[in-house]
Amino acid sequence: MSNAIGQRLERKEDYRFLTGAGQYTDDVNFPNQSYAYFLRSPHAHAVIKSIDHTKASAAPGVVRIFTGKDIDGKMGGLPCGWLITDVNGQPMKEPPHPVLAIGKVRFVGDQVALVIAETYSQAKDAAELIEVDYDVLPAVVDTGSASASKTAVHDIAPDNVCYVWALGDKAAVDAAFAKAHKVTRLHIENNRLIPNAMETRGANAHYSRADESYTLYVSSQNPHVERLLMTAFVLGLPEHKVRVIAPDVGGGFGSKIYLYGEETALVWASKMVNRPIKWTCERTEAFLSDAHGRDHVTEAELALDKDGNFLALRVDTTANMGAYLSTFASCIPTILYATLLAGQYKTPAIHCTVKAVFTNTAPVDAYRGAGRPEATYVVERLASAAARDMGLSQEEIRRRNFITTFPYATPVALTYDTGDYISIMNKATKLADVAGYEARKKASAAKGKLRGIGYASYIEACGLAPSNIAGALGARAGLFEAGEVRVHPTGKVTVFTGSHSHGQGHETTFAQVVSSKLGIPVEDIDIVHGDTGRVPFGMGTYGSRSLAVGGSAIVKAADKIIAKGKKIAAHLLEAADTDIEFTNGEFKVAGTDKKKTFAEVALTAYVPHNYPLDKLEPGLNENAFYDPTNFTYPAGTYITEVEIDSETGEVKVDKFTAVDDFGNIINPMIVEGQVHGGITQGIGQALLENAVYDKETGQLLSATYMDYAMPRADNLPNYVLDTTCTPCTHNPLGVKGCGEAGAIGAPAAIMNAVVDALAAVGVKDMQMPASSHRVWEAMQRAKMPAAAE
Amino acid sequence: MYTFNYHKATSASSATALIGGKADAKFLAGGQSLIATMKLRLAEPSDLIDLAGAAELKGIKLEGDKLVIGAMTTHADVAVDALVKSKFPALGALAELIGDRQVRNRGTIGGSLANNDPAADWPAAVLGSGAAIVTNKRSISADDFFRGMYETALQEGELITAVQFPIAKRAAYMKFKQPASRFAIVGVFVSQGAGGVRLAVTGAAQSGVMRVKAMEDALAKSWSADAVKGIKVDASDMNADLHASAAYRAHLVSVMASRAVAAS
Repeated sequence: MSNAIGQRLERKEDYRFLTGAGQYTDDVNFPNQSYAYFLRSPHAHAVIKSIDHTKASAAPGVVRIFTGKDIDGKMGGLPCGWLITDVNGQPMKEPPHPVLAIGKVRFVGDQVALVIAETYSQAKDAAELIEVDYDVLPAVVDTGSASASKTAVHDIAPDNVCYVWALGDKAAVDAAFAKAHKVTRLHIENNRLIPNAMETRGANAHYSRADESYTLYVSSQNPHVERLLMTAFVLGLPEHKVRVIAPDVGGGFGSKIYLYGEETALVWASKMVNRPIKWTCERTEAFLSDAHGRDHVTEAELALDKDGNFLALRVDTTANMGAYLSTFASCIPTILYATLLAGQYKTPAIHCTVKAVFTNTAPVDAYRGAGRPEATYVVERLASAAARDMGLSQEEIRRRNFITTFPYATPVALTYDTGDYISIMNKATKLADVAGYEARKKASAAKGKLRGIGYASYIEACGLAPSNIAGALGARAGLFEAGEVRVHPTGKVTVFTGSHSHGQGHETTFAQVVSSKLGIPVEDIDIVHGDTGRVPFGMGTYGSRSLAVGGSAIVKAADKIIAKGKKIAAHLLEAADTDIEFTNGEFKVAGTDKKKTFAEVALTAYVPHNYPLDKLEPGLNENAFYDPTNFTYPAGTYITEVEIDSETGEVKVDKFTAVDDFGNIINPMIVEGQVHGGITQGIGQALLENAVYDKETGQLLSATYMDYAMPRADNLPNYVLDTTCTPCTHNPLGVKGCGEAGAIGAPAAIMNAVVDALAAVGVKDMQMPASSHRVWEAMQRAKMPAAAE
Repeated sequence: MYTFNYHKATSASSATALIGGKADAKFLAGGQSLIATMKLRLAEPSDLIDLAGAAELKGIKLEGDKLVIGAMTTHADVAVDALVKSKFPALGALAELIGDRQVRNRGTIGGSLANNDPAADWPAAVLGSGAAIVTNKRSISADDFFRGMYETALQEGELITAVQFPIAKRAAYMKFKQPASRFAIVGVFVSQGAGGVRLAVTGAAQSGVMRVKAMEDALAKSWSADAVKGIKVDASDMNADLHASAAYRAHLVSVMASRAVAAS
């Protein structure tokens, strides 16, 4: 058996996905099932004066209708999982987040009533008969001005501020700025994004009177966390009486980490109506009600000495939380953002202030990258802008500032264990043929096109997270992972993991890990995930943590299997435990040809006729929990070239080169797939995607695919990818995580290229998305004499 | 979607017979706009008369100096048709740019014209080539057919059966796509033929598809991209939305017009 690690194995799960045999939440049906529809608020901000559902309740097929009044006092609100402490030492403002709106609606799409009927259409028809009397209030929409608004989204936060938080040494930063040779400043708006998983959210809940238990099928990235939050904080149900199953899940990108009101209401209502209830989110509902991503407004300043060395970084960010605090909303613009502001650079002093504000918009939470794309965007846009200010190339200013010795303690609380940023840059510039750039620029100019080149050298902190550090920073949960390796009597293996695969290919990657550990074929290993009834525990999948943390738990469990197997083999081979070696699926007495295969040992464990029963339990089944000792630090350099049509403003991405250091790689094909997806979402953010609310009414203007532009194949070039490798020093696989990198590095690289191209026509800066329209307008402004500063 | 009655027509006459006397019936000619609107519960027809089974409404043929496209011919069929490619390639190129593969395989030229979406592609070709719209009752010239956004000269129960395109000496369509929907922010169809020079713009104007006389006159004098490039249209007549301001649309009309001429 050759080592499965490093092989480009085709994904075990793809046959079922490609042939329609996947089992998604909407594929699950039960006898006597009813259907749910959520009536949602058409207003961004309004008092609910009254709700009359008399007519609706009498409509054909209606089973029951519930509103906020029915749940008020009967359950808690949806909790936020991370406590941020204000600069004044006060806890962040945590307004109530009811499962169904009570008294007030706070964003367009807020759940007002749950209608349960025999069919989905009947539920939807009945919802139209519900009479809601709203007293419409002014809406707070704009991120930058929310704290100055006269309207309060929540009474407990009259200025709409959830918290003001800071990190870093302000005095050191001020001192460095005072002696700076040059200061580069940028105003940065990180656009709001809608995650748009291919499978919309959905749930199917039922209650069993036989054993007073609940079962919830839900499209989720972390079923155990969903269960814990729902039972302990909202419904007050015994945790062991609720089984949460997240079967095949068609994408999440963060939006399915959170506990939402819809599934919580379904679980509660399933007992009230004593029937299974199914709900599948429609696409426009998803636009309105899925937790959105990003939405920062930032003022950033970089102080430099005369040689282009970074002296200090000062960042002041306002982050939009939306109408309520979603499950991890509070930690995204703080713990996962400000801590990354060192980037790949030895900037000695950094200070960041973050003001989180409430608005009458959908809640904002983690979206692929979660805080780290925002940080990378600030640092990398500044780096390229500073290069222009200093007359250096984008490459040179980065090389002058790269961290070169490891471990490296940043001024913003992290310690990078390992990395080699110069090697990444060397490889990237070669692959991108930077040497040929000037010739390509001339060729573009000859066609009347503006060509620009953009760099981004990102870093991310993945493998979330050391529980003790997270706890000290306000996390209300541990961030370890659990795994179980169950060896069957025939030597076949089932692995139970607390990680959750919703596109990542864990069924293949994890099988490769176990195959290489146990020396058995990948086909003999099945990976089970997404079921609290089968998997011991789990913290789920987000933050590029599955392999680094979940994979490590599996490795630990496999090590326990091997240790026990050695004892069984030693008994069978009449040798000392310490003389047994395990390689390639065989237990051998060292220095002899005496051996037992993995399958023979497995069979002996379950048929223990000749077995050391006096000192060893039968069976071969091991659990492990793994809590990382540090974050992992994937890093990379992306170089992209864009070509801009100077007549229309249209931006075409002509070249995209990505070199990433993900540590050791288990399946290069799957890693490339992850990078492709991430870069595509990053290009989407930079050029196309934009969630736009009407500034006055709070209506979502980009609520369908007719107005929300997703990246498509013809928006993208072929990607040129490569990797370097400095293995992670603190997890057993030496892996770092690859799921978010593309989305973290791509936006800054693209925008640096756009700004570089537009510099030729006098445009100094550009916000995302750099749509044709915006680019054209910027070119027009630059042409006007008044615009010349 | 609300409930509705479904009827299947087998011919143009059965379709018009079926629609008669129904409260709020509509012809279903591919359904790429209508079905989506119904799914969003924004349209609530009482009855749909499906034209997909009316074979006589499909197909492309040459009649003298006219290319005649049956109303139920799909965009995909126009895009690959050999007759279109040899006689009027600009029409095939336009059809290739409509929506996505799914839309092109279901959507039809007649459906698109009857709907008259202000950003649809076919109205530009019809107006920009001086085509005639043939219905079960009459023939309507392009100049008379389009009456503003989603408004046409069609009367209650009147059915488009075919579109007659006079074959142009030269023609081209240039489309600047809205990034999300891929409808035209500005689409310009230009042609020169027996009826002279015609230039029509879709996507841009508040009133829907429109001709630009100044550009036509300039091209009649000199058929060149530069002849139209400097001609501005009035931004105050243009649409403005999330994706393009009125000024940007007005600017794009000149750019797309000159590119269409260059491509013709």
